[in-house]
Amino acid sequence: MLSILAWRNIWRNRNRSLITMASIAGAVMLSVVTTSLQKGVFDNLIRNLVSLYTGYVQVHGDGYWDEQTLDNSFEINDSIRDAVSRTPGVTGVAARLEAFALASAGEKTRGCLVVGIEPSREDRLTRLQSKLEQGNFISDSSGEALVAEGLAAKLRLGVGDTLVLLSQGYYGSTAAGQYRIAGLLHFGSPDLNDRVCYLPLHVAQYWLDAPQRATALAISLDDPGDLRQTQAALRAALPATLEVMNWEEMMPEIVQHIKTDTVGMYIFIAVLYLLISFGIFSTLLMMLSERRREFGMLVALGMRKGKIALMVLLESVWLALVGSLTGLLLSWPIVWYLTRYPIRVGGDFAKIYERFGFEAIFPATLYAPIFIEQTLVVLAVGLILAFYPAAQIMRLNPVAAMRQ
Amino acid sequence: MENRTVIDAHNLSKVYNPDTIPVNAVNGVHLHLERGEFTALVGPSGSGKTTLLNMIGGLDQPTTGKVVINGTDITALPPNALIDFRLHNIGFVFQAFNLIPVLTARENIEFIMLLQKIPAQERSRRVEELLLAVGLPDKADARPAQLSGGQQQRVAVARALASKPQFILADEPTANLDSHSASTLLDIMEKLNTDEHMTFLFSTHDQRVIDRARRVITLVDGSIASDTAPAGLHHS
Repeated sequence: MLSILAWRNIWRNRNRSLITMASIAGAVMLSVVTTSLQKGVFDNLIRNLVSLYTGYVQVHGDGYWDEQTLDNSFEINDSIRDAVSRTPGVTGVAARLEAFALASAGEKTRGCLVVGIEPSREDRLTRLQSKLEQGNFISDSSGEALVAEGLAAKLRLGVGDTLVLLSQGYYGSTAAGQYRIAGLLHFGSPDLNDRVCYLPLHVAQYWLDAPQRATALAISLDDPGDLRQTQAALRAALPATLEVMNWEEMMPEIVQHIKTDTVGMYIFIAVLYLLISFGIFSTLLMMLSERRREFGMLVALGMRKGKIALMVLLESVWLALVGSLTGLLLSWPIVWYLTRYPIRVGGDFAKIYERFGFEAIFPATLYAPIFIEQTLVVLAVGLILAFYPAAQIMRLNPVAAMRQ
Repeated sequence: MENRTVIDAHNLSKVYNPDTIPVNAVNGVHLHLERGEFTALVGPSGSGKTTLLNMIGGLDQPTTGKVVINGTDITALPPNALIDFRLHNIGFVFQAFNLIPVLTARENIEFIMLLQKIPAQERSRRVEELLLAVGLPDKADARPAQLSGGQQQRVAVARALASKPQFILADEPTANLDSHSASTLLDIMEKLNTDEHMTFLFSTHDQRVIDRARRVITLVDGSIASDTAPAGLHHS
């Protein structure tokens, strides 16, 4: 009965209620769309970064991440690979052996990062082959190199030329080798494009005199949402001499960027809800003022003040609920559209993104908790705001109220 | 022997602004009403009629004295118990009708019984009875705005009767009605009084109500100036 009465009461002043609901719907729509867009962009950013290089989780020798030298590499064997592969949620694993080296061709010399990879596994993990600009991708048994085109240009090398690599091998041995260039890769990030070179893992191990060793096992996951559970499962499955890190631990600056941006979004949404709070509150205050006499009459007839206060709370909840559900209904097709057809930017802005190897697109994500959260927040706002008129009703003097 | 006393007010006084400029709205009123009375409380504006009615109805607390309804001292009841007591024992009819505008006539009458948690079937039966008693069976689904003033006041009477109260307090019930509507309303209330022995206490200026009352209590400056009753009833 109370909820029916509350529902009918909000339609006493149709225009006022419609305006209030429209403002709530607009705010919910705006916050759902912006939050979905922000999450979509972040998910895309993470996907890009992870797919570009790190993988969601990496296994290293203990202390490698703090001091990235060959001395902190670890020996990979079938039991480690099996333990990783059998961990629930793991979809791919690729071993890497990284070392800094001098790359030389003729009289040109450049510092570079040499990465020993398992080409087929690496391609499944990071889609490395998609970066190929010229020549051919290398196979697992190949003895050739892939060179980033920026580095190749600086050394004036092309496909089929020979690259000389000099470095310090495992336990201080001298590492020297020359390798035919099978293909040139293009990376959006200038940093990578000017200094990366890939060798098949067994070639890199031989060159660095580090047989069976790797500096990292990069791991891809079935569901990135299970990141921490999978990380914990890997820790449990692997020897204590290995460290298991997730991408958030390896790239804290990205996490910080997301957090900062999220806080900015929360402030924006808070301001939005503050504005609609004024709208709801003014509606409730007007309603209280207009109906004080009626409330007095209801108390006189024998309705407890608590029930009247509850009725007013329900009226506020109805307003917020109808407004927020309308907002959700309006935002759903927009978010769906932005999921299917992300915002694409062009011009200089796009070039900046592309320089870092990202497509300049801003997709949204259809993530149910965003819709639920916004509805709950608006309902909570409606409920909290109704406490003031409810408190006024609890202090109501029926005689004074009916004298109005 | 059956106790016929419905309202027993002892030495009722009400002083407004006791700490600043005291106003004695009601001064030491003793009032005794028995079941089946049809009594008018009259007097000039400011004589304390509404204040007295409010205290008898438990809407206002007396400064001194007490009100005993059917053996219960309502001035000693805590707030929620007093509200519940009103719900089950006192029917109100107000000058300004005071129906709930978003409810139909049927729902307005039923509302009190909902608060009393009366089962749906019994509510429905009683609503039909009451609509018939006030002559509005065809207006059951009309909202107050669709009813005339007289019809609204008849719905208000039906609502007051819905809780099966001990008595009905009516504050200037005919003040906003034309003479035909007032006459119809008084006919209905008189019939309820005669047929069902429902006790009515009116505050009124309206001569039409005074003419129908079987007992007239006149208040002047917060005190009972006269209390006239037809033969067979003795009040002073």
